[in-house]
Amino acid sequence: MQNINSKDLLLSVLPSDDVLSQCIHCGMCLATCPTYEMTKLERSSPRGRIKMIKSVASGEMEISKIFAEEMDFCLDCQACETACPAGVKYGSIVEAARVVVEKSGYGKPLGRSIKYLALKIIIPNKFLLKVAARLLRLYQRSGLQKFLHKSGIFKRLAPKLSEIDLLSPTVSTRFSDNHFQESYPSSISSKCKTAFLTGCLMNVMFDEINSDTVDVLKMLNCDIIIPNEQVCCGSLNEHNGDFDTARKLAKKNIDVFGKYDFDFLITNSSGCGAFMKEYGHILKNDPEYSEKAKIFSTKVKDIMEFLADIGIEQKFKSLNDSVTYHDACHLVHTQKIYTEPRKVLQSIPEISFTELEESAWCCGSAGIYNITHYDDSMKILERKMNNIRKSNSRIVLAGNPGCIAQLKYGAKKFKVDVEVMHPISFVKKSLNQ
Amino acid sequence: MNNQLKEKIKSIVGSKNYFDSVEDKLSYSYDATAIYNQMPEAVVFPDNEEQISKILKLANEELFNIVPRGSGTGLSGGSIPVENSLVIVMARWNNIIEIDCKNLTATVQPGVITGQLQREVEKLGLFYPPDPGSLNVCTIGGNVANNAGGLRGLKYGVTKNYVLGTEMILPNGELLKTGGKNYKDTAGYNLRDFIIGSEGTLGVITKVLLKLIPMPSKFITLIAYFDKLSDSARAVADIIFAHITPSMLEFLDNTTINCVEDFTKIGLPRNVDAILLIEVDGRGSSVDEDAETIKNILKKDGASYVHSAETNSEAFKLKSARRSAFSALARKRPTTILEDATVPRSELPIMIEKITEASKKFDVTFGNFGHAGDGNLHPTCLTDERDKTEIIKALKAFDFIFNEAIKLGGTITGEHGTGLSKKEFLEQAVGIPALDMMKKIKQSIDENNILNPGKIFTMSPRCEGALPERREQIKDFVY
Repeated sequence: MQNINSKDLLLSVLPSDDVLSQCIHCGMCLATCPTYEMTKLERSSPRGRIKMIKSVASGEMEISKIFAEEMDFCLDCQACETACPAGVKYGSIVEAARVVVEKSGYGKPLGRSIKYLALKIIIPNKFLLKVAARLLRLYQRSGLQKFLHKSGIFKRLAPKLSEIDLLSPTVSTRFSDNHFQESYPSSISSKCKTAFLTGCLMNVMFDEINSDTVDVLKMLNCDIIIPNEQVCCGSLNEHNGDFDTARKLAKKNIDVFGKYDFDFLITNSSGCGAFMKEYGHILKNDPEYSEKAKIFSTKVKDIMEFLADIGIEQKFKSLNDSVTYHDACHLVHTQKIYTEPRKVLQSIPEISFTELEESAWCCGSAGIYNITHYDDSMKILERKMNNIRKSNSRIVLAGNPGCIAQLKYGAKKFKVDVEVMHPISFVKKSLNQ
Repeated sequence: MNNQLKEKIKSIVGSKNYFDSVEDKLSYSYDATAIYNQMPEAVVFPDNEEQISKILKLANEELFNIVPRGSGTGLSGGSIPVENSLVIVMARWNNIIEIDCKNLTATVQPGVITGQLQREVEKLGLFYPPDPGSLNVCTIGGNVANNAGGLRGLKYGVTKNYVLGTEMILPNGELLKTGGKNYKDTAGYNLRDFIIGSEGTLGVITKVLLKLIPMPSKFITLIAYFDKLSDSARAVADIIFAHITPSMLEFLDNTTINCVEDFTKIGLPRNVDAILLIEVDGRGSSVDEDAETIKNILKKDGASYVHSAETNSEAFKLKSARRSAFSALARKRPTTILEDATVPRSELPIMIEKITEASKKFDVTFGNFGHAGDGNLHPTCLTDERDKTEIIKALKAFDFIFNEAIKLGGTITGEHGTGLSKKEFLEQAVGIPALDMMKKIKQSIDENNILNPGKIFTMSPRCEGALPERREQIKDFVY
C-alpha cells in the first residue's frame, strides 16, 4: 500500500465539506439502491457509504479493502440522488472517494488495469480508439470470435472472459467521423442551429444511431455542425476518478466547439450529455475557462430533450408498434430527463406505449461495471429483463449506448423476445420522410 | 466483547451472516435520528428463529446487549446500538407469508417493507392503512415495535389497530405467540397490544399477523393555501367539528413548503404561510359530499386557494411531496432534529403558537409540519450538529415544547416512540406509577436487561428530587 494520507487527499477532492454533512441518514435512499437491494448491508447503501466516507474525511477511519470494495461495488447510477429529499450529491461524493481509493492502492488490479488502459490511454485518443475498434472488428468479422465461442474453446480457457466478450457491442461497419461532413447547412431557412457530438464509443460502435440522429436533425431542417477535431467528453474518466484527463478533454471540446456558432449541442449518449452539462461546474474555478464552460453547458441537450422542446408531433406518421422505455441512469437520475422522451414517443399516432415497471432501476451496465462486476451486473440485468418481458412490448428503447449493449445481451441471455433500440432510431422510423 | 465470544456468535449464525469490521460497525452506528450514534461490537443477520433464540440465551450467559433492527429509519434512536451490543438485523426476513382473503389478514415476516405490503394487498382490493413517511423503506417489524403512525392515522388509526398477532423470541430464548386471526379474543391479559410499541426491549419480533380492510373505492385529494397560519389551524378544528373525518389532514408551514418545493418542483406556492393537504375516501357520493363541505369550510376560514387533484398521479405527487418533508428540511441546515409532540386536537392552534414561541425564545429555526388532523405535529429544528452551542439551544427549545405539550394534556411522542431521545420526559408524560409498572414488567421479562437497554427508560432507581436536565443526559453523545 502506498503511504498516503487518505484524509487530506479526500478532503482535497471533495467539492466541499458541506456535501458530506448534508446527509441526515434518513434512509430514503435504501429502497432505490440496487446494491443495497442485493446485500441488505448498510455499507452497500448510499447512506452507509457516505458514513464511511465521512469517517475517512474526519480521520476516524483509514481507507481499507472493504471501503475500496464498496466504493467500487456502487454502480454510480445515482437513483439515490433522485430519491434524496435533502438533495445530497451522492455521485460527486462517491467519485471523490474513488479517486482516493485509486491512489491508495486498494483498487482491484484487474479493474484498475482495464480502466487504466481504456480510460487513460485509448479512449481520450481518437486515433488509438479507432485502431482498437478496427482490431476488434477484425476479430468479430473474421469468424475468429464465432469459432472460439462455437467450439467452446473460449469458455474452457476463460469462462468469465468469454461471457464478457459477448457483451461487447459489434463494431460499426463505418465510423461516424469518417463519413460525416463538418457541416450540414439546412436548405430552407433554419429553425435552429445545432452542433453534434459524435462521441468516442458512439463513433466506432454505434454509427447507426449517430447517423439516425443526424438524419432526424436534417429532416427537422436544423443546421448541423460536426467538428472533426472534437474529442471524448471525458465522462468515463471523471466517473473513474481520473479528474485531470476529464478536465483536459472538457477544455479541448470547449475550444473546438467554440469556433462555431450554434444554439444547441446535441448528444445521443446520456453519459456524455450528463457530463457536458457539468463542464460549467467542474471548471468553475478555472479563470480562463469558467465563463466559457458555463455557456457551453447551457447549450447541451439530449436528443430526446431537444425533440420534446421543439415539438415534432406534427411530423409523425402512424406506427402500429408496441414499445416500452428504459430510463438510462444518466438521463433520468443525473439529467432529470423523464417526461421528455415519453412525451415524444406517446405523440406517435397508433403507438402502443407500455410503461416499464421499475423503468428507472439501473440495467447493470453502468460504464464498465458489467465487465468489472460481471456476476452482480447479471443479477441486476435479470431483474430488468424480467420487467421488460412483463411489458409484452416488441421493442424496448434506451437512450444510452451502454444500456443498449447490455439489454441486447440480456435479451439473448435471458431469452426475452424483444428488439433493443435507441429512441432516436425509433423516432426516425416514425417520421414522414 | 472478546474474540472468544465473537467466535461463539459467529458459530451460531455462520460466518456469512456475521459482520464486525470497522466499516460495518460504523454503518450500523446510526438510524434516522439526529445527533445520537454509537458503534455496536458486531452485526448479525440470523437465518431462523433458532439462531435468534441461541443468541439471546448466549447474551444472558455472557451479558452482552442486543439491539434489534429493521431498516434503521426510526426517529427516536430506538435501533441505535448501545454499549457492548450486538445488532440483530431483520431486513432479510422479507417474505409475505400469506394474504388470507377470507379472513382479511396478512401474515408477514418482520423485514417486509410497509409500502411493498400495501402494493401487494391493494392488487387484491385490500387495504393496509398505516403509512409512515418512510413507508417505502421501513419494515413492518419496526412499525410494530414503535407503533408507527402515518398520514392516514386520523381516520384509520395507527399500526396497533392492525396487528392481530405477533411471534417474538423472548430473552430466555422461548418463542412467544400472541393473538391470532380471531377478531375477538379475551383470553387472559392482552399481551399482543403490550408488545406493540415495546421498541425492541422485550424480545425480537419474528412474525406479524396483520388485519386488512377493504380498499376504499374513491379518493378525493384537496390542497389549500393559507396566508395566515392561524387560519389553517382554525380550518382543521372546523373540519373536525363538522363531524367529517378525512383520511388525511396534513399541515405544512412556509419553511417546510419551500424545502419540499426545492426537492419536488411540483409548483407549491413559496410565499404562503401554510398548506393543508386533505384526503377523503370511501364509497359513492358521500365522498363528494364530504369534499364539498371541506372546501366550503376552507374558503370560509380564509384559504386563498383550494384545489382538488384532477388525476391519481397528481394526488400521488402531492402526498409524496408531503412524505418527503422531514428529509427535505435538511436542504436548509445539515442537522434536522424532528420530534412528534402530540396534543388533543382542540389544542392544536395553541401548540402551533407555542412552537413559534420556542423558536423565538431560544433563537433557533423550526420547520413545522405534521398530521394536523390528529394533533400530531412534527416541529423540526433546523440546525448544525457541528455547532455545539446551537445544539444546546435546540435541545432547550424542545424541552420547552415537550413541557408545553404535556401541560396541554398532550404527549411527548405520537408515533416515533420514546427511544433514546425522549426518555427523560417519560416520567413527566406518563406519571410515576405508570413508569414503575413499565420497569417492573421489563424486569420480569428481561431479567438481565440485555434487550435494547437504556431505551424508553433507564433501569437504574428513580431519581429523587428534580429531574435531570435533558441536555446533561445528552452530553455524552454531543461532545
